[in-house]
Amino acid sequence: MTRVFVPRDAAALAVGADGVAAALTGHADIVRTGSRGLFWLEPMIEIETPEGRIAYGPVEAADIPGLLADGLLSGTARHLRLGIAERIPFLARQTRLTFSRCGIVDPLSLDDYCATGGMTGLAKAREIGSAATTETVLASGLRGRGGAGFPTGVKWKTVAETEDPQKYIVCNADEGDSGTYADRMLLEGDPFSLIEGMAIAAFAVGASKGYVYTRSEYPHGIATFDRALSIARAAGVLGPGFDIEQRAGAGAYVCGEETALLESLEGRRGQVRAKPPLPAHKGLFGCPTVINNLVTLTTVPWILRHGAAEYQAIGMERSRGTMPIQLAGNIQRGGLFECGFGITLGELVNDVGGGTLSGRPVRAVQVGGPLGAYFPPSLFDTPFDYEAFAARDGLIGHGGVVVFDDTVDMAQQARFAMEFCVAESCGKCTPCRIGSVRGVETVDKILAGQNVDANLALLRDLCHTMKFGSLCALGGFIPYPVLSAMNFFPEDFRPAERLAAE
Amino acid sequence: MANFEPWHADRAHDIIAGFAGLRGASLPILHALQAAFGCIPLEAEPLLASALNITRAEVHGIVTFYHDFRRTVPGRHTLQLCRAEACQAVGAEALGAYARAALGVDWHGTAADGSVSLEPVFCLGLCATGPSALLDGHPVGRLNPARFDRMLETLS
Repeated sequence: MTRVFVPRDAAALAVGADGVAAALTGHADIVRTGSRGLFWLEPMIEIETPEGRIAYGPVEAADIPGLLADGLLSGTARHLRLGIAERIPFLARQTRLTFSRCGIVDPLSLDDYCATGGMTGLAKAREIGSAATTETVLASGLRGRGGAGFPTGVKWKTVAETEDPQKYIVCNADEGDSGTYADRMLLEGDPFSLIEGMAIAAFAVGASKGYVYTRSEYPHGIATFDRALSIARAAGVLGPGFDIEQRAGAGAYVCGEETALLESLEGRRGQVRAKPPLPAHKGLFGCPTVINNLVTLTTVPWILRHGAAEYQAIGMERSRGTMPIQLAGNIQRGGLFECGFGITLGELVNDVGGGTLSGRPVRAVQVGGPLGAYFPPSLFDTPFDYEAFAARDGLIGHGGVVVFDDTVDMAQQARFAMEFCVAESCGKCTPCRIGSVRGVETVDKILAGQNVDANLALLRDLCHTMKFGSLCALGGFIPYPVLSAMNFFPEDFRPAERLAAE
Repeated sequence: MANFEPWHADRAHDIIAGFAGLRGASLPILHALQAAFGCIPLEAEPLLASALNITRAEVHGIVTFYHDFRRTVPGRHTLQLCRAEACQAVGAEALGAYARAALGVDWHGTAADGSVSLEPVFCLGLCATGPSALLDGHPVGRLNPARFDRMLETLS
């Protein structure tokens, strides 16, 4: 029977992929895969033909009988036909390294994984030795993909140089930023790459135990990774003296902050720790710990397999390699776009993403999650690069790009940022815990027309205090969306005057 | 549809005992208790405190810190509706208002007939197919009021 690939990624399931698979049962040999990340086309199915995998989408279960009658299984049915999957412009423009397998293979087939180059990175690491492995990661220029952008090799080296007999590898899969789903896609679509990446990290620094801390909002990712872990363990690929355990979070955004995550893993409230000591010296259970984002760790096998130079050759300035950028919100072609650093925000939103889904003009784009700045189209020439965004008081974070059309009320978005911080603050430091509450109140006063100028000045002052006085990025970066909304969309903070002028 | 056991201390003891020897076990234990009983009743706290050798105040602090842990048993179904920015950009606030009116509840409330508990959630990682929700753990995307109504009709 013809092989038909149907995604089982949660976003594909959300729009009916299971129904499509059920409708195909008995007609084809169905292989469930992750998602290619072209979410506006999901459910997107692919038919294996001699010319390649021919994609159809978005397919509904009700379309299947007609498509089958028209030659779906030979790839000749014309309705919803997208052509060879790799030639779809959205995919053809990408440089897929970290996501090279996602949406293509059966995520729980270790054979598929190995047949597509899996485990060669780990073999290479064992061949060149632990010190050379760390040097390779250092030379690749890989930086933390969770948002902070700290050089991964430096973290590894610090841990490798400690003498402690017990060291840990911790994967931060607490992907809480709205507009991001790269970790989820990899957990569901290529879990062995995380296992291999962690095994390489463990080998490099001499760790015997790894933890993956996955947010509870990802039940499918958790289930898929647990199954992959059992398969890998049974096949002995983790290597002697190394094992991985997955833990589920419990709905606290702040646990994506590395020290809060460690507290949570240790069984306590997810409260941020003061640094120093760095986790590399005193991390999980007081032991030296490499804590990396999931995307960072899943990129490591590619680097070991292809060499640091090949990875380092991609990108711009100090941002080397590729970034899986996640296009989301009000966007025509929302999906995962992995490419070298340097692409501009405007290219991403307009050329790749096709502008808004609603067809209305783009008004604001929030990059980097709830702590990221709102950029107006006048900043669309900003290249996707850690430093370029920082220079414009923004951040790339974990690579989420959320598009809003001209119906958005930016004062409400600023209020939401503060409200989110009220709900998610861990409570450890005062600027974040109290400042966010005062922030919501102050925005409300402004919107009610009370002493608008004085309260706008007060809100700026409060943002300054939070930015420089908070212990971690939650309180420290929440001012970015607030200040950017005030700076680029000041008219939204004076609704009374706007009404009077109209 | 969720089927929860009534609270029983012996059963809770057994669940907690299953995690003996696990380091930093409080979250795994709390998840397991909630999966069994639908919530973390106050009675569970002293059991956890003695098993983990920490004070009851610490246990209380942990349970109340994390949004996932409930104090009361939810309705027959749990709907987690995303309220985060990517879903806001495609109408999540209006959908949330519609959902609350349709169910006659506020966030964290359970419909009077006990059918559905409505929980806000901040991102499900389904940000390009929003507004998004998890209904009893099953993802639902591209929601609007009409689809919301159809989804509710399928529930018992």
